[in-house]
This record gives sequence, structure tokens and C-alpha cells, in this order.
Amino acid sequence: MAEPRFDLVVIGSGPGGYVAALRAGQLGLATACVEKYPTLGGTCLNVGCIPSKALLDSSEHFAFARTQAAAHGIRAEVSLDLAAMMKRKDGVVRDLTRGVEGLFRKQKVTHVQGVARITAPGRVEVEGPEGRRALEAQRILVATGSKPVALPGIAFDGRRIVHSTDALSLPEVPRRLVVVGAGAIGLELGSVWRRLGSAVTVIEVMDRIVPGMDRASGDSLRRALEKQGLRFVFGASASAARVEGDQVHVTVSAGETTREEVCDVLLVAVGRRPYTDGLGARELGIAMDERGRLEVNEKFETSVPGVFAIGDVIRGPMLAHKAEEEGIAAVETMAGLPGHVHYEAIPNVVYTWPEFASVGLSEEEARAQGREIAIGSFPFIANGRARAMGEREGQVRILADAKTDRILGAHIVGPRASDLIAELALAIEFGASAEDVARAVHAHPTLPEAVKEAALAVAGRALHI
Amino acid sequence: MAIEIKVPRLAESISEAVLVEWLKPDGGRVGVDEPVATLETDKAAVEIAAADSGILRHARRPGETVHVGDVIARVEAAPAGEPEAPAARGGDNGGPAERAGEPLPAGRPQVADAERVLSPAVRRLVDEHGLDPARIAATGKGGRLLKEDVLLHLERAGRPEATSGAAAVAPGPASEAAEAPAPPAPAARPPSPATPTDEDERVVPMSRIRLRIAERLVRAQHTAAILTTFNEIDMSAVLELRARFRESFEQRHGVRLGFMSFFTRACVLGLEEIPELNAEIRGTDIVYRRHVHLGVAVGAERGLVVPVVRHADGLGFAEIEREIARLAAKAHAGTLTLDELSGGTFTLSNGGVYGSLLSTPILNPPQSGILGMHKIEKRPIAVDDQVVIRPMMYVAVSYDHRIVDGEQAVTFLVRVKERLEDPERMLFEV
Repeated sequence: MAEPRFDLVVIGSGPGGYVAALRAGQLGLATACVEKYPTLGGTCLNVGCIPSKALLDSSEHFAFARTQAAAHGIRAEVSLDLAAMMKRKDGVVRDLTRGVEGLFRKQKVTHVQGVARITAPGRVEVEGPEGRRALEAQRILVATGSKPVALPGIAFDGRRIVHSTDALSLPEVPRRLVVVGAGAIGLELGSVWRRLGSAVTVIEVMDRIVPGMDRASGDSLRRALEKQGLRFVFGASASAARVEGDQVHVTVSAGETTREEVCDVLLVAVGRRPYTDGLGARELGIAMDERGRLEVNEKFETSVPGVFAIGDVIRGPMLAHKAEEEGIAAVETMAGLPGHVHYEAIPNVVYTWPEFASVGLSEEEARAQGREIAIGSFPFIANGRARAMGEREGQVRILADAKTDRILGAHIVGPRASDLIAELALAIEFGASAEDVARAVHAHPTLPEAVKEAALAVAGRALHI
Repeated sequence: MAIEIKVPRLAESISEAVLVEWLKPDGGRVGVDEPVATLETDKAAVEIAAADSGILRHARRPGETVHVGDVIARVEAAPAGEPEAPAARGGDNGGPAERAGEPLPAGRPQVADAERVLSPAVRRLVDEHGLDPARIAATGKGGRLLKEDVLLHLERAGRPEATSGAAAVAPGPASEAAEAPAPPAPAARPPSPATPTDEDERVVPMSRIRLRIAERLVRAQHTAAILTTFNEIDMSAVLELRARFRESFEQRHGVRLGFMSFFTRACVLGLEEIPELNAEIRGTDIVYRRHVHLGVAVGAERGLVVPVVRHADGLGFAEIEREIARLAAKAHAGTLTLDELSGGTFTLSNGGVYGSLLSTPILNPPQSGILGMHKIEKRPIAVDDQVVIRPMMYVAVSYDHRIVDGEQAVTFLVRVKERLEDPERMLFEV
């Protein structure tokens, strides 16, 4: 059977791949998107961002009902129906992945199920449930994303020793959960199970949580999480683990000393690696860096002409929205448009409660660059709306150039920080000064007023503190 | 079809300029080769002409920094039936009939003044300092004015504002200002200082050329290891020769025989012997020159300019005098081209015309040497153990000690001195 020739074949339907495919369809390119799983959406929609946020929201409601509702004058007997919570989460995922199918139809993107392998430039072989087929494509876009990394000597068993995907569907609430890695994933899933009743210990090899993000803000998040009962062990790592009956014995090493931690579930969340297994990238001679990431130029083209790559398989933060923007930029560049990603203005969010959202430079990065900075900080405890909500944790920190007042970075720990950061990402995108944000009218009483006050504080003139 | 008017390649090493003023209004008619705009670079003001006739559509605004290759305007074909008279409308922005139905120029998004939205901080600064936003070079996304653009503008005008402190007492922005900022000044009028200054002071923004001179001089001081060596020259022989040949020279060549030709020849011969003074440092390399392109400092109205006598090493006395006279006239008229201002390899600076007895000239980067001439003054000196009165001139050579050794600089100056005290040497190149 003669296969149609595509202008673009996208491999992977995560947020990078499916958005790129949609944009390509919009621009009139004959586009196919290959996905090995039966549902579209990749890690993000199926086993990442979306289900974890569904559980975070559900578990937040549960925790609120248990610990805070009474303070609001609400009395209720609260109990957990984990199965129903999981069912709701699965429903959210199902609706959204089907939504992507609908969007593909709308933009006339051909959905091909199966495992893709690039056999030659312009040729993709797909091994699918309906057999093997070969796709001819003028261009190929690799958007295969990433997979969780295992620790040496600790194999995943899917029940007791798990990675983030499994931790989204534990059949029951573990009494004791040990999480290795205090990055976004470890903190989010640790929070979910803590709220649902687990005793959670987080082991982190560095001396702080979310290494790489603004230190002062990270420290304030750690204090908030500790109040919720998360226990942190810093400067330590898990060197071995064995399952005995229903329990996992974890060997925790810190320097020369080791000790054993016993738990019901061990979650390893130490990072993700670019996923190129079976893609044929190596055989094709696509250049990779020492971390296995495909090397690309500013047009997202790999060392093999006609083969492009975006998202977690290339350099840069492993973030869904970063992959999306790259996918759009890559496709627009292919179509002769000026595609561009502004890497300085990519927000990064940890969806704990309080949330931690940041964009631009951290204080440490700004100082390392030798910049003179002015920092404005405003705590939510002084924000009227936060107080009405019963939120007292966190603050907004805005870093600006001391001379020009241009905003260089913003770091928010607090309620709805993930939403609040958008204003500051836009500000950085437009080269706004702190004064610009301070002079924009913010509705009262709202959380964004804390952003305005922090911007005022850059010039030392916050009003409400 | 619209013809684009782009910033031409102005000269080597010049990549940007400021659009100073439009000589033709937006929507006005222009003829072929008619000047439409003035650009000012670090070195000179240049007029840009239309390549075709038609209706001019501005794409950039006065005060903006433009780069080589940028489209500053488009010339659209005149609507059929209308005569292609280049004269016409002067200040008139084109009648409504002409405007109707004509698309705005595409390219860089430019909003009309009436709807130009300023960011809150920019609005506050502009109001507070009485600035015309159209005259401030914008670097933000889509041509937007950033707070830092205004701060830089103020700093350049000598009115820096403390970022955090001053804002504390700043009045709130007038809300109408957002909707209708003041219309841009029609011509290249320097922004008037709005902050009341003391009676004793007069604040005048530096011109771009002055700013650039300042920058370059400071840069020279920061980068080169500048050292100066002095000598004095008995000018008797030169004066005598000059008196003897003045009339015949002028008759034959149509130009006055001045001192510059003597000094130029003497320098050329000296530079052949000490090529380091005619070289420059580029990264970690020393770049030697086959020719001498001699910069001649001329005090012009807009500041000191240094036009360049090209291939001075191949010119005779008459050719040198003619070239210098031509460049000086253009300097005073302000019509030097960028090519005439760039590429010098060594500089001659004559402070003597202003009466200077002695000075330490400053290098013109990336050059490595400059010779300063001074006034000729009769002084008693000792010759053969006798006190005699001679017309004397102090000379100074400043050099970049990074590539020129003291001995070389001194030798160069001694050679110049010997040749001027004994001009026959120049005839035989000894």
C-alpha cells in the first residue's frame, strides 16, 4: 500500500509533540504524529503534570477539610475514598487525552499508533498494533521526552519501589513513604501522600530542596512543608533497598555513615533522562551530548539534516511549557516564519502548597553574574486576600537590576504562586521595570497585590508592611 | 510596489546611527535622489536620499537608533493621475484623500503617536522630566520604550535619576498622558531641560558626536598605555624655504604652502623607520600597515574631527596641501563623509593654531601614535655655544607603550626634528 508522504512526522505526542503537530497543521503542513501508547498526551497528560495536579488538588481539599475547615466554621466528618479520588484523576486524564484527539482531527493531523524508528533521513518506520508501516516525511521532529531515572542498585518493582508514574496510582495510602529527591516531582508526590496520611521522609543529596531555584525562597518553602509534617534528610542518598514482605529497607548513606530507613513505599524521584530508546538516533549518527540529549542548533535541527528535536530530549529544563514553545518555534521556523523561544522568561513551578513558582534569574545566579541587584520582598501574611483565605505562608520576591530597575527574576512561594508568576513572566518578556509592575493597577483584595507590593519594595517603598 | 529606504553601509566600523530628523514628512512626495532624512553617526551627519520618486512612508521615528540595513522608510508609487512633483507639501502631512486606502508600512510595528502606549514607569519619568518620548531611543520589544531607555537618556543629558530614592516623592502619573502624549518635536531640537536648574548653570545635552568623542577619549585612556615624549624643532629652515617658495608654489599648485606638508612628509618618513607607530593592536596581534593614512585634527563647530589624508605616504607636498585644504573646508561645512573620517593610522594634531606652547596629545584609538604640533615662538637657544634667537616649536609624540618602545618613539621624534631642521633630508629621504 502506498503511504502518503508527509511534510512533517512528529515522534511523540507529549505537550511538545502534540502542540508542534497542531501548529504544523495550522500552518497547512501535512502532518503525522506517532505515539507508542494508545492515548495521546505523553507523560504530561497521562502520567505527569495532569494526573499529579488532579491528585494534588484532591488531596488539598482533603487536607483542608481535615485541618482547616474547622477554622472557617465548617464542621464535617471527613474520610478518604482513595479509589474514588483515583477514578476522578483517571477521568480528568481521559477527558484531556481525548481532547487532544479532537484537536488532531480539527487540524487534520494524522495520528499513528506505534513505536517509531528513524531508519533514514525522511523515513520513519512504525511498529504498531496493526503491523509495521513506513512513513515518508520531508522533515522529522523528535519529541520523545524523558523517562524517570533509577538509582544504581535500586530497581523499580512497580509496587514497593516505584517511580513517579506508579506513585500516581498507589492502591492504598502507604503508612510510611520515603522519597528520594527533593525536586519538584518528589515534593509534589510527597505532599500528596503526606496529606492523605503517610509519614513522609524526603532524602536529598544536596543541602536544600529544589536545588537550582532561588535559595531564600526554597528555604521558606521547606519551612512550610516541615510544618505540614514532611521530614527532610539533607546531604544523604539511598544506596540500596530491599523488599522484605510488605516493607522496604532503604540504606541511607550520608558521608561515611549509613543507616536503615524502613518504609512501605520507596519513591525514587531523582530526575529524568532523555528518552531515545529504539529511536535509531545513534544508528543514524545524530550527535548527542554526554547526558544523552540530542544536540540541536538554533532551528532545533539535529546534526542530521531534516531531523529536528525539541523538549526533554534536548538541552534545557524538562518542562512541558518549554517543550511546547520549542515545538511551536521549530515548526514555525520550518514554515519560514521567525520562531523563537525566550529562555530567560520560562516560568518554573513546584505545585506543593504553598506553591513555589519562579521565572528569570535566582538571587544566586544574578550575583554569580556579577549583577548589582535590588530585591523587593513582600510576605503573604501582610496581604489581605491571603489572610481572608487563611493563608499565611510565603512571600513574593522580585529581583531587579539596581541601576535600570529592569526585572531580572521573580520567586513566589505562596498560595496560587503558579498563577501569580504569569504576570512577572510577561513583565520579563517585555523588559518591564519593577516600577512598571508597581504602577500597574492591581485589583483589591487579591493575591496579585502582593506582587505589586514586592515591586514597590524593590524601590524600598512597599506600603502595606 | 514600495521601494525600501535602508540605512546604507556608512563606513567601516560604523554599524549604527541615530535618525536625527525627517527632511520630508510622512506621506509627503519625494523625488529621485531627494534627501529625506538626516542620520547622525559617531563621526558625522549624513543625509539619506530617496532612490525613487513617490510617496514617503516613515518606518522609524526621530531619535531612534538605526542599524545598517534597517528600513527607515518606504517610497510608494504615487497614485495614478497625480503629478510626480517632488516639491509640494512641505510640512503638510498629506491630504486625507491621499491617505485614504493606503496601507501603513509593514515591517516593524509602529503605532501612531496618538495611540502610543507608554509603560507606567516610562510615563512617570517622561511626565516628571518633561521629555518627548518620541525623541528617546527605544530598545524594547516591538520598538517599545523601556524605563532603562529613559534612564539612559536622562543620564546622557546629565540628569541621572536615583532609581529608588526619587520615586518615593514622585507624583503619580497623570492618567491622560497615557492616551495622548505630547506630539513629537518636528525638528532636531534638543529637549529642553524641564527641571528648573540653578541660575548659575546651563544644562545642554551632549550631541552624539560630543558624546562619542568623550567615550573614545576615555576609552583611549583606559586601554592604551599612553606615554608622551617631547622635543623642540628649530623652524628656521622650514620658514626660510616656505618664504622662498610661497608665491611660486601657490601659483603653480593653487594652494598655500603651509607647515602641514612639511610635517606630513617628515612623519611619513619617520613612520617608515618606526612602523610600530603606524600599527595597531588587534586582540593579541600587532597589525602593521603598508601605507600611512594620516589623520589631521581639525577643530570644527560641532567638535574636533579628524579627517584622514589617505595614502599620505604616496603624496607630494602640493597634493598633501590640497587634500588637507579640501578636508578642512568640508570639516567646517560639516559635510565630511564617513569614509573621509575613518581609517586613519597616525594622527597629526596642531594645537599651535590656538597658541598652545606644549601639550600631551591623546591617542585616537586604535591608533598607536599621534604627533602634536605647537606654536612657533622666537626663543633664545644655544647654537655653537652662542645664544641665538630662533623660531622654535615644541613637538610631542604620544604613543601606546604596549607596542611602541620609548626608544622608538624618541627616535621617531628625533627623525622628524632632523628632517624639519634640515629639509633637504626629505628630498633624499635620509
